[in-house]
Amino acid sequence: MPLALELDGVDFAYGQGPAVLTDVDLRVAEGEFVAIAGPNGGGKTTLLRLALGLERPTRGAVLLFGEAARTFGARTKIGYLAQRTKIGVHAPATVREVVEAGRAALRPVGRLRRDDHAAVEEALERVGMHELAGRRLSTLSGGQQQRAFIAKALAAHPSLLVLDEPTTGVDVAAQDALGALLHRLHEELGVTILYVSHEFGAVERFVQRLVLVRERIVFDGPPSQLPGLWHDPSHTHA
Amino acid sequence: MLDLEFMRLAFAAGAIVGVLAPAVGFFLVQREMSLIGDGIGHVAFAGVAAGYLLGISPVWTALAAALIGAGGIEWLRARRQAAGDQALAIVFYTGIAGGVVLISAAGALNANLFSYLFGSILTVTGSDLVVIAVLGIGALVVLAVLMRALIAVSLDEDGARVAGLPVPVLNGVISMLAALTIGVSMRIVGILLIAALMVLPVIAAQRVAWSLRSTIGLSICFGLLSVLVGLTVSYYANLPPGGTIVLAGTAVFLATSTVEALRR
Ligand SMILES: Nc1ncnc2c1ncn2[C@@H]1O[C@H](COP(=O)(O)OP(=O)(O)OP(=O)(O)O)[C@@H](O)[C@H]1O
Ligand SMILES: [Mg+2]
Repeated sequence: MPLALELDGVDFAYGQGPAVLTDVDLRVAEGEFVAIAGPNGGGKTTLLRLALGLERPTRGAVLLFGEAARTFGARTKIGYLAQRTKIGVHAPATVREVVEAGRAALRPVGRLRRDDHAAVEEALERVGMHELAGRRLSTLSGGQQQRAFIAKALAAHPSLLVLDEPTTGVDVAAQDALGALLHRLHEELGVTILYVSHEFGAVERFVQRLVLVRERIVFDGPPSQLPGLWHDPSHTHA
Repeated sequence: MLDLEFMRLAFAAGAIVGVLAPAVGFFLVQREMSLIGDGIGHVAFAGVAAGYLLGISPVWTALAAALIGAGGIEWLRARRQAAGDQALAIVFYTGIAGGVVLISAAGALNANLFSYLFGSILTVTGSDLVVIAVLGIGALVVLAVLMRALIAVSLDEDGARVAGLPVPVLNGVISMLAALTIGVSMRIVGILLIAALMVLPVIAAQRVAWSLRSTIGLSICFGLLSVLVGLTVSYYANLPPGGTIVLAGTAVFLATSTVEALRR
């Protein structure tokens, strides 16, 4: 399989600050489902931001589908849910309007077409937010908002889905639904998934590969081979 | 009132300003840069002063200064040289200080200057109206075409960047449209008060709106209403229109706040 993501000898620090990531090598093939864990401040979010070309590595190279991440062209292939997003919560946006914004890069000008609307409805359906689509986001619970943001990330039918702690504040039923949804996207559509979380209950059964980040990559392999040594409170292992 | 040529011109120009200012202001409020209009307005003040000094029509020098000021704020912000509000403060104070120095140098502390600061219903000429209409409608067309992309950026800047939208360009467009709005609205509302017309109708609309789309629609209605009421009061009470328009906007805000409170 060709590579969806490649980090090669990457070092990173914010400005003149201390090293956040050191000597990170990571290769993710197209169609892989990779879980990323690690302690708070371990550099998980930073790793994703580097992978997406939002930050520039101090050393080393980051490639998306074989192209330099900073200048990668086919960006509509990527769906991204940032950690602790508050998209549209302060604005009077409805759930549907937020999800529609997920199609904006595909159709930046002109009216939304039928397939855009269909994709928006499908994404709403997938996260179980169809009934609440017309509600203002600010009137919903944190978990419901989070599901709306997941729908936004799905709306453009990405082939690489990058989710940073998507289950924060999401109840167990919705976590299971998300796990099943990601599994379906992965199995049926071959979507490559990078999934950062502290709780893998929902996806434990589905991920083939776990990456532990603590400034460096301290573990990379199937979850079953995780040495007891690395069990830490940020990774609950059923 | 409408038998008078100058009032017809003022109302025509005011209607364009009343629609344009909140439409652009919507994006400033969403980006939590409500005060950027003020920053740009103060730079426009320096531009007016430069116009007097150079003997050029202050409208054009103010527009040029506003565009430069907007570019400066966006540049400082984008390069993270300064946080958004600090970038604004730098531009804001430089603008007002530069304006005062230039105005004094030109010996132009007079009533005519007052009309630039707080607007005037007497000063809109036929050729002003043509300029206001062309620039105003042009700006509205740009907004309409880029609406969805601009909304996506103001909802989620990183998300838009990841998805490949040209975020710096779209941010630049908003700043330039804000500058243009200030240049276009200056004659009616005045450079010290135009920013209020960009922001008040939007804040009022957010109180009662049920979606982004309805927020934009209501903002425009409230902006238009404020201008029409403000100009009318200005005519009968012989007051500068900038003040009456903005106070009409405040009244709309109080009304929507009351509606919101009653709904609870
Ligand atoms: N914008 C920033 N500027 C400066 N330092 C930052 C910034 N963002 C993160 N850091 C630092 O980088 C380190 C890694 O942060 P990061 O957010 O990548 O961790 P994380 O693994 O995602 O943590 P969490 O589990 O809390 O989400 C932390 O020490 C943090 O202090
Ligand atoms: Mg994080």
